Amino acid sequence: MKFIDPHIHMSARTTDDYERMAAAGIVALIEPAFWLGQPRTNAGSYMDYLSSLVGWERFRAAQFGIRHYCAIGLNAKEANNVALAEEVIALLPRYLLKEGVVALGEIGFDDQTAVEEKYYRAQLDMAKELDMVVMVHTPHRDKKAGTVRSMEIALEQGLAPGRVIIDHNNEETVEDVLERGFWAAFTLYPHTKMGNERMVEIARRYGSERIIIDSSSDWGVSDPMAVPKTARLMLDRGISAEDVEKISYRNALAAYGQTGQMAEKDWLDPADIDQRTLFEGNSVLRGQQPRVDELQQIPERIKDLVFK
Amino acid sequence: MTPRELLARWLSRQLQADATAWLEQSAAQIQSSNKDADVYLTVSLVTRKIGKADLALSDTDLRDANTTRPGWDPRGWSADQAARVLLVLAMQQDPSRLARVLEQLCNSADVSELVAFYRGLPLYPDQPRYLARATEGLRTNIKSAFEAIALRNPYPNEQFPEAAWNQMVLKALFVGSALWPIIGLDRRSNPALAQMLSGYAHERWAAGRPVSPELWRCVGPYATGTALKDLERVLKEGTDPERRAAALALRASPDPGANALLQRDAALARAVAGGELTWERVVAPA
Repeated sequence: MKFIDPHIHMSARTTDDYERMAAAGIVALIEPAFWLGQPRTNAGSYMDYLSSLVGWERFRAAQFGIRHYCAIGLNAKEANNVALAEEVIALLPRYLLKEGVVALGEIGFDDQTAVEEKYYRAQLDMAKELDMVVMVHTPHRDKKAGTVRSMEIALEQGLAPGRVIIDHNNEETVEDVLERGFWAAFTLYPHTKMGNERMVEIARRYGSERIIIDSSSDWGVSDPMAVPKTARLMLDRGISAEDVEKISYRNALAAYGQTGQMAEKDWLDPADIDQRTLFEGNSVLRGQQPRVDELQQIPERIKDLVFK
Repeated sequence: MTPRELLARWLSRQLQADATAWLEQSAAQIQSSNKDADVYLTVSLVTRKIGKADLALSDTDLRDANTTRPGWDPRGWSADQAARVLLVLAMQQDPSRLARVLEQLCNSADVSELVAFYRGLPLYPDQPRYLARATEGLRTNIKSAFEAIALRNPYPNEQFPEAAWNQMVLKALFVGSALWPIIGLDRRSNPALAQMLSGYAHERWAAGRPVSPELWRCVGPYATGTALKDLERVLKEGTDPERRAAALALRASPDPGANALLQRDAALARAVAGGELTWERVVAPA
């Protein structure tokens, strides 16, 4: 089985994660621009971070046979620093139309302040003008109201719901999102967001139409294996293989592939230049070695005393 | 034809008409405008407008490239890379502007763009101006970006001071790049580099790790004393590629004892003397 993790912060993860993800069948991922865990204080560091999403991290992922895409935007938290926000908004056009930038995101509300709303709308305008897909981060506090508000503003700004992925959904938001025609992504993140047994029941109840799963793994206690694990759990608990494939691969591809910056051939049959610049001409890195269907155990390195 | 004209010709030969038109209009607009933002946007759009197919170049094309800009080797360039360099060259009549904009482009480049900008180094006006950018570029961990500067690129050979050159060759070994595509590898050999390479070989041996056969190429011309003993060891105990390398290095050594060492392996000595053994063939299978 092949998987896509359409929301994961690989800059915060180690190569152990990349190894496990590749072994488990993740062929592509999307890393949206976010904040670092403590606030940036100048636009230069924001810009260097955006550069790393299309530069170093894209290369690093490819070393493990995984195609790395990203979303570029000013996140909800740092929108509150108005001086920073103004500079970052002016910088975004340098990145938004680059290869492999599949969406403008992750944008939306954190505290639901007026300033957050201002920059959310401004970026929705940019997305509309550049005909981009949008990744929306829904707030963790006051989520239900914040999610509905995020969608209503997107519609006010003239975006088509099929071009907007509403992320971090749960049982309380899913119906509001699906009935308005948006994509509904669920973040499987232990303790604070969706658990995956609950996700199985969401799939059972609502099917697979416009439903997407992701891990949003970051610098916190999170699991970059969430997508393959949840797919396996769904199969074990009687969700159809067709639904599982959509939820863990095909819907993400459909949603984020709408602007042509992400396509299956990127990992099934990469361009020659990509093979040379990203994969070093190595077919193993291109993922052409057969993948086992079973989840691999992480190498038990802690027990292995010797390394050369 | 100038490099810019050659690039335009090669691209128009293989692109669809609308792509060529877009490229020509964009280059013209960059040349006449003074808004940096336009350049960033246009350069971003290259992949989707031009595509990523390899440039289809004949031997004549390669000769033309070398004639108009000696040392320029566009083999392995892709269409998007060629188009990006062409767009940068659209600013060539204003070298200060080109340098300023290129610096910004490099600072926000993705992997492919970085490779393109570095491959274009030999073509930008006022060559010495890019030394800092080139040496900074070599600090990357992105191997393809490193190789875009170090391999098949005349810029380091022409512009790098010795210290920067030596670090580049060492790093090429560190990151597992081949050395033979480095332009000027023999011409720029120097005693300091030979010493550093010998030291590196000893580190690798102490660690039980393999030594690249190509390392000895830049040791040979200065191989006396300990370095000569190293070559003797490699000739005796090395893998086949290593022994071929040692033979070539011994032939280059100024030490009077080198030839006697080489003759201990009659077959290799003959291959070296006869010219069948070259550095390009060292790492190729026997």
